[in-house]
Amino acid sequence: MEAFGLLLHGFAVLLTWKTLVLMMVGLVLGIFVGVLPGLGGPNGVAILLPLTFTMDPTSAIVMLSCIYWGALFGGAITSILFNIPGEAWSVATTFDGYPMAQQGRAAEALTAAFTSSFIGSLVAVLLITFLAPMISSFALKFGPPEFFAVYLLTFCSFVGLGREAKHKTVISMSLGLLLAGIGMDTVSGNLRMTFGSPELLRGINFLVAVIGLFGISEILLTMEERLALRGHAAGISLRVVLGVWKDLPKYWVTLLRSSFIGCWLGITPGGAIAASFMGYNLAKRFAKEPENFGKGRIEGVFAPETAAHASGTSALLPMLALGIPGSGTAAILLGGLMVWGLNPGPMLFVEHKDFVWGLIASMYLGNVVGLVLVLTTVPIFASILRVPFAAVAPMIVVSCAIGAYAIQNAMFDIWLMLGFGIVGYVFKKIGIPLAPFTLALVLGNRAEDAFRLSMIGSGGTLKVFWSNGLVSSITTLALLLLFWPVIDNLLGRVGWTQRARAPSQ
Amino acid sequence: MKAAIALATALCGTPAFAGWEPSKPVEIVVAAGAGGASDQMARMMQAAIQKNNLMKQPMVVSLKGGASGAEALMYMKSSEGDPNKVLIAYSLIYMLPLSAKIPFNWRELTPVSVVALDQFVLWDNSAGPKTVKEFVAAAKAASSPFKMGGTGSKREDHVLTVFLEQKTGAKFSYLPYKSGGEAATQLVGNHTEANVNNPSENLEVWRAGQVRPLCVFDKERISYTSKVTDTQSWADIPTCKEEGVDVQYLMLRAMFLPGKVTAEQQAFYVDLFHKVTQTAEYKDYMEKQALKPIFLTGKDMVQFLEADDALNKSLMTEAGFVAK
Repeated sequence: MEAFGLLLHGFAVLLTWKTLVLMMVGLVLGIFVGVLPGLGGPNGVAILLPLTFTMDPTSAIVMLSCIYWGALFGGAITSILFNIPGEAWSVATTFDGYPMAQQGRAAEALTAAFTSSFIGSLVAVLLITFLAPMISSFALKFGPPEFFAVYLLTFCSFVGLGREAKHKTVISMSLGLLLAGIGMDTVSGNLRMTFGSPELLRGINFLVAVIGLFGISEILLTMEERLALRGHAAGISLRVVLGVWKDLPKYWVTLLRSSFIGCWLGITPGGAIAASFMGYNLAKRFAKEPENFGKGRIEGVFAPETAAHASGTSALLPMLALGIPGSGTAAILLGGLMVWGLNPGPMLFVEHKDFVWGLIASMYLGNVVGLVLVLTTVPIFASILRVPFAAVAPMIVVSCAIGAYAIQNAMFDIWLMLGFGIVGYVFKKIGIPLAPFTLALVLGNRAEDAFRLSMIGSGGTLKVFWSNGLVSSITTLALLLLFWPVIDNLLGRVGWTQRARAPSQ
Repeated sequence: MKAAIALATALCGTPAFAGWEPSKPVEIVVAAGAGGASDQMARMMQAAIQKNNLMKQPMVVSLKGGASGAEALMYMKSSEGDPNKVLIAYSLIYMLPLSAKIPFNWRELTPVSVVALDQFVLWDNSAGPKTVKEFVAAAKAASSPFKMGGTGSKREDHVLTVFLEQKTGAKFSYLPYKSGGEAATQLVGNHTEANVNNPSENLEVWRAGQVRPLCVFDKERISYTSKVTDTQSWADIPTCKEEGVDVQYLMLRAMFLPGKVTAEQQAFYVDLFHKVTQTAEYKDYMEKQALKPIFLTGKDMVQFLEADDALNKSLMTEAGFVAK
């Protein structure tokens, strides 16, 4: 109960008019940067960071973390309305969110996204509040083999649980892995596949690829099919919101599962991005009618958003306790902490209680205020769909280009984005799924490094992936998921899963 | 070329005169990722300049850590003549062109000043051996690979590891991580046996009692005597030479402008960073991160860079890290 007392103390630190105003300002700014595709959380926080230098650390971090929450909420808006994910973890939200918007259920999808974001972060904050010390020691258990096992688990769950043809998933993933290899190789210190071009030194930025693959390709498709955004502007009313909320209890299993996955991967340093994909895939696997996923099922929005926000929130814990940022935005917040003279690490919780618990309390308040704020502004965002396509499309392309450019201030990235737009278009036409490609692009490098470091450390034996309870259980689970279709089939033959299948027959 | 720089810097060695001033925000380019030692230093400078009103235009930190920092070097190289970008450099300016054949030469940039020297310390887990002697004995006796963590491949940490091997006869498996912070937590989690992090990278885990400093790779002890942990100060760490392992390495932290800027522009920054080194923020930062204070500019700086370049080159060659 010590945590409870400290939390109350945190609220006391926080409940001043000044901090509450800063919180609102931060949230509004955050939603704005979140809505601009590609600008997103990391850039928004980076631009606004110097504003906070003159504030005291607690006010500064409250404002910055509210920008972060705002951007997380805002990212869902573009994913659903335009099929353009702002952050890596919004990618999975587009799978069902965008089809829902096309069917005129944009408001419903947005409400679902915001509500599940709220639930996800709430669960994660509760976890942080009560388990902070234990979790940081759990994160320390992760060495290279454990990291690799987690990445393997994510890849395997894609192949094993995905609905698409397996060979297409593998093709898409391999292409992503190939592109992830471009640039400097940390393990050998050599350049790979840069062909002497200084532009390729950096490697291919994940966000640039995502903006092209999803945003630009969608514009191309729409142009080909018909010159209109396929959504009807949905009027949001209290009725829609309440309707979605009334149905919430039906999906408690999905929400709980996704929160759990999110928290678990969020505190696994670097695992936050994988969370939304896994949340989505598992929801699909355990659904009664998995074939409806990707066609606008509300569960397909609940699952990834809950997981993404649970992981986004719990990712702040390794940042504070260990100094390992779980996401781009967390990395910039980390830079901020150092400016204010706060060094993240185990001593932060001991020496700067006011700061840490003020921040945790701001997570509670920021989320509640943020939810109200986004819900009341949904009609404004949903009305974007009423604007003629001919007017919106150029604006989307321009803001995509700005977003792609802003990530590294490189003109080359705009060309790259356009290139990926064409790749995305072709992939959609020939039915190759984009998600495994993007996943491989973002995790490929880390998976490779983790594998090679494990090999250096173990002297080259694969036994290291079964060397302790933690790593063996993750590796085994990964292999089980990879071969799940085969296992499922075998179990089906012996009649084990007959009952589960009955409803669909 | 070299003569031109020497001449330009000689002209600016005198205190700055009211002349050129930046007319738009100044970008401070960091050749490393967020939260690393360079980033922390850049943020300190940004705050020091802003709080003490040292410059009218704001300063923004721009992280260009891609390709192990090569991104920042190429960025500076291609910004020829642009006086609104200043690089916060470290020994990668010598090493990257050698190991990865990056087409870059620091002589193409305009040197401003050397602002600090960074130390390297040999650390192990606080549950591990207590002295360098015991540590070396443990490494020699280990049956499985004895793991040394570090940042990047064929760079400072890797070079130090090779020289430790040469001087002690022990064998290490070097694990290249992406950042010093990662190397620190991996040591705390017992996934590696040791690392050679900079003081700033291991400071927090040391204060938490999770790692132990064994020796510092310098010819003299660190000068700061105020207590960092309950019992120890930076000055309490013995030098590696005292402990019988004669390996020394210091890393520069220096500011550079792109090539082909005017002497007036260069003079402005020499003066600016000189003022920065006088601020309380800078002094506080130096002590906290156990950096060695130094301020070199003009001819002195070029001389220092040439000598340092030669030293790094010979170390890299000896370690076998120069790409053919």
